[in-house]
Amino acid sequence: MQSGLEIQSQNVGAAPALLSNVGAAPVVISLDHVHKTYTMGDVEVHALRGISLQIKQGEFVAIMGASGSGKSTTMNIIGCLDRPTKGTYILDSQDLSRLSKDQRADIRNHKLGFVFQGFNLLSRTSALENVELPMLYAGVETSERHRRSLAALAAVGLAGRERNHPNQLSGGQQQRVAIARALVNEPALILADEPTGNLDSRTSVEVMEIFQRLNRERHMTLILVTHEPDIADYADRVVVFKDGRIKSDYQIESPRNAAEELKLLTAVEFDEDDDDSEPVNGQAVEQKES
Amino acid sequence: MNLLMIIRVAFRALVRNKMRAALTMLGIIIGVSAVIAMVSIGQGAQQSVQDQIASIGTNLLFVSAGAQNVGGVRTGTGDTGTNTLTVEDLDAIKREVPSVSMVTPGINTRSQLIFGSQNWNTQIQGVSEQYPDIRKWNVQDGSFFTDADVRTAARVIVVGQTIADNLFPGTDAVGQTVRVKELPFRVVGVMARKGQDQQGRDQDDTAFAPYSTVQKKILGSPRVQMAFVSAISQDATYTAQMQIGQLLRQRHKLGPGDADDFSVRNMSDIADAANQTNSIMTILLASIASVSLLVGGIGIMNIMLVSVTERTREIGIRMAIGARSAAVRTQFLIESVVLSLTGGLIGILLGLGVSFLIPSLLGWPTLVSTAAVIGSVIFSAAVGIFFGYYPARKAAALDPIDALRYE
Repeated sequence: MQSGLEIQSQNVGAAPALLSNVGAAPVVISLDHVHKTYTMGDVEVHALRGISLQIKQGEFVAIMGASGSGKSTTMNIIGCLDRPTKGTYILDSQDLSRLSKDQRADIRNHKLGFVFQGFNLLSRTSALENVELPMLYAGVETSERHRRSLAALAAVGLAGRERNHPNQLSGGQQQRVAIARALVNEPALILADEPTGNLDSRTSVEVMEIFQRLNRERHMTLILVTHEPDIADYADRVVVFKDGRIKSDYQIESPRNAAEELKLLTAVEFDEDDDDSEPVNGQAVEQKES
Repeated sequence: MNLLMIIRVAFRALVRNKMRAALTMLGIIIGVSAVIAMVSIGQGAQQSVQDQIASIGTNLLFVSAGAQNVGGVRTGTGDTGTNTLTVEDLDAIKREVPSVSMVTPGINTRSQLIFGSQNWNTQIQGVSEQYPDIRKWNVQDGSFFTDADVRTAARVIVVGQTIADNLFPGTDAVGQTVRVKELPFRVVGVMARKGQDQQGRDQDDTAFAPYSTVQKKILGSPRVQMAFVSAISQDATYTAQMQIGQLLRQRHKLGPGDADDFSVRNMSDIADAANQTNSIMTILLASIASVSLLVGGIGIMNIMLVSVTERTREIGIRMAIGARSAAVRTQFLIESVVLSLTGGLIGILLGLGVSFLIPSLLGWPTLVSTAAVIGSVIFSAAVGIFFGYYPARKAAALDPIDALRYE
């Protein structure tokens, strides 16, 4: 098995930069002087101390930072799970800073797609039903739900696995179900919180390949939270958080190309068992990919 | 998200945990089936009492000799010391009360009946020849005595089945001669088997003789303890009761301030009293069974609370992908209602099964009450809503961030 570092050292050909396109695209996310303060007893904890950030349609942004840097809080606010204490958050030209709980639930349902580190699929529920779930809450009709779920699962390379339950899928496959679930309602933005945190390097590249493909082919806006610099290198832009502020915000001139890396990896492992379903984080997974 | 989809989500969640769902339902199943079985036992008892009373005759009235006020000393009813009721009173009732069709005195005494080497102590009742018609009690062998026997105070006797069995085992009782207080009586008939009365007394352990014979030859007293009166119809019983009362007060020369020295009761009063007793029993049984329903409901709440904690992450996921609080709340509420209603329906089937089995297993009559079945359905749904609401509210109040982080 190859480590992430080795993959990086090979760093096959730079992906074509789409920065010129992005420059003209409309702004999807606009954070303006966002503060977040938690009160714990008598102590006030300032998680965010004035964040201003703009992300345009079709951007692939990696958010980095140590724990406690405020990146998770920012994710929660962007993900409409939390509200800023001060400042404004505009998503898709809609001010979300002061929405009610139900309104935020609707925004999450229609405009956002989540991918988590721990996959967060419903257990004992088929891949198809997991993907159907957001549409269930959106009130999409059964036949339409079915059609779109199958399409989303096919898009992440899981055609034929629709009836499998999460415990019958490898970690990488589970994460792909989660990605299918995130994109099935055609959101304005996909938020991925440490999506490769529980995956081995090979599977991580596969997942990043899907993200890059969604970004390049469908011009989907992606925000990726990670603490691994080599994963952040797949993005076009990196925002680094420190102590509740943005420390740096820069473009990556030549991001890593996951598709190219995968081709190379497959060539290297040609003689080996072509099996990408290694057990992940102690999860016993016996499923072989056909 | 519409309700139908939430119901589907709730069903899927339950199907995923079949064992737990089944155990949770068990409390409700036992509760509902107990309520239904208990109520049908109670109703069955009530029905059988009503049937018994109907077999005695709903147009039957009892006239008892009552307490007599002799210079301030009051005697009890039906006692040896009372002679407020006379054969003449009864003749007057028969003659003057139009709503009365038949009358017989009932003069009770206990005596030894001797036949050959056998003897048997029993109750001898002095009645008129109309007794079988009034009590709707037929003679099985031979015949009842006639009005001629009453007029002549003939020494004839009709015995009940128990006496026939004990005094004349293996032989025909009719035509035999028994001795009562050294006097020979000819057995003219044997009554049909009647069984126990409401108080559990063996009604077949009675012999009947003309009242005149009992008065003159056995007791030597003209007193009449009581009388059975048949009204012309069931509707006429109250009228008859009132008219008999008026007539007897007049005949006994009671002033407006004097208390009755007799009492007239009808079977409806007795039936009402019996029904009331049975209703109390039914309510008692049903309320004990309801306690188990309540316990079943608490069981549902317990499991739902555990379920909410256990599925915190699931709730977080659902909220993150856009489930509103109301959707989560409805899902858990429906899960609990589905549990309690399904349990209720199984409980009804079980309760009906038990109700049908009890008569053959225990010999108790049962009568399934539709009200109890409908009530159980409503009650179990209510239990589900009541005990499911708190856990459901707890689930809906979760913060998606915390819920997603929950391990």
